[in-house]
Amino acid sequence: MIHVRVQDQPLDPHREVDLLRADNPGIGAVVSFIGLMRDLNDGDRVQKLYLEHYPGMTERALQKIAEEAVQRWELMGCRVVHRVGEMCPTDPIVVVAVAGQHRKEAFLGCEFVIDYLKTQAPFWKKETTEQGERWVDARVSDDEAEQRWRKTRDSD
Amino acid sequence: MIEVKYFARFREELGSDREQIEAAKVDTVATLLTQLRARGGVWLRLFGEEQRVMIAVNQEVADHATLLKDGDEVALFPPVTGG
Repeated sequence: MIHVRVQDQPLDPHREVDLLRADNPGIGAVVSFIGLMRDLNDGDRVQKLYLEHYPGMTERALQKIAEEAVQRWELMGCRVVHRVGEMCPTDPIVVVAVAGQHRKEAFLGCEFVIDYLKTQAPFWKKETTEQGERWVDARVSDDEAEQRWRKTRDSD
Repeated sequence: MIEVKYFARFREELGSDREQIEAAKVDTVATLLTQLRARGGVWLRLFGEEQRVMIAVNQEVADHATLLKDGDEVALFPPVTGG
């Protein structure tokens, strides 16, 4: 029901969604998020992106986030696949696909997983622009997106 | 011994991805960071009190108060930027 994976090969988002819902006629809704590599960041053209991660901890962190989402919204499945290594603009970086009986829990679960992944899973982006290579800085807006779920959890 | 790993910008700026530190000298993450800062230079700059440093102990998110023992794996890294 939960599947998490890190790979250096290109991602096929549609295949992940198909695998998520295969052989389960009880699933009524699937919501998926596909994060893509853009050719523009902070006003500069980006030619290449390199993603570093912490093997071992990454998979554990993704598993933990997926388990929490499944438990909190009684999901019927959750797949998180993240690419690492070198990639080019338009390449999918991450796929989060979530299945539930109905759309509401699937939407919420999917958003929760990607918000937590962005602040908790040990991945780091390094981009190549015309000026050279640079590490991408974490965004305050990502921390705020994660905090939002903590507040709603307290009031559940 | 405690294995300390460095990732991403930290790894590059330190010119090292890991090292072994004697467990007898560090009992918490806080004392480990104090010991690293005492090296001065880039160590002080990266791990200074005001810097944002994420910490993992045995591949779980940890903080300054986390206790350390012989054989532990500690990772120090900048805020994450995946997704």
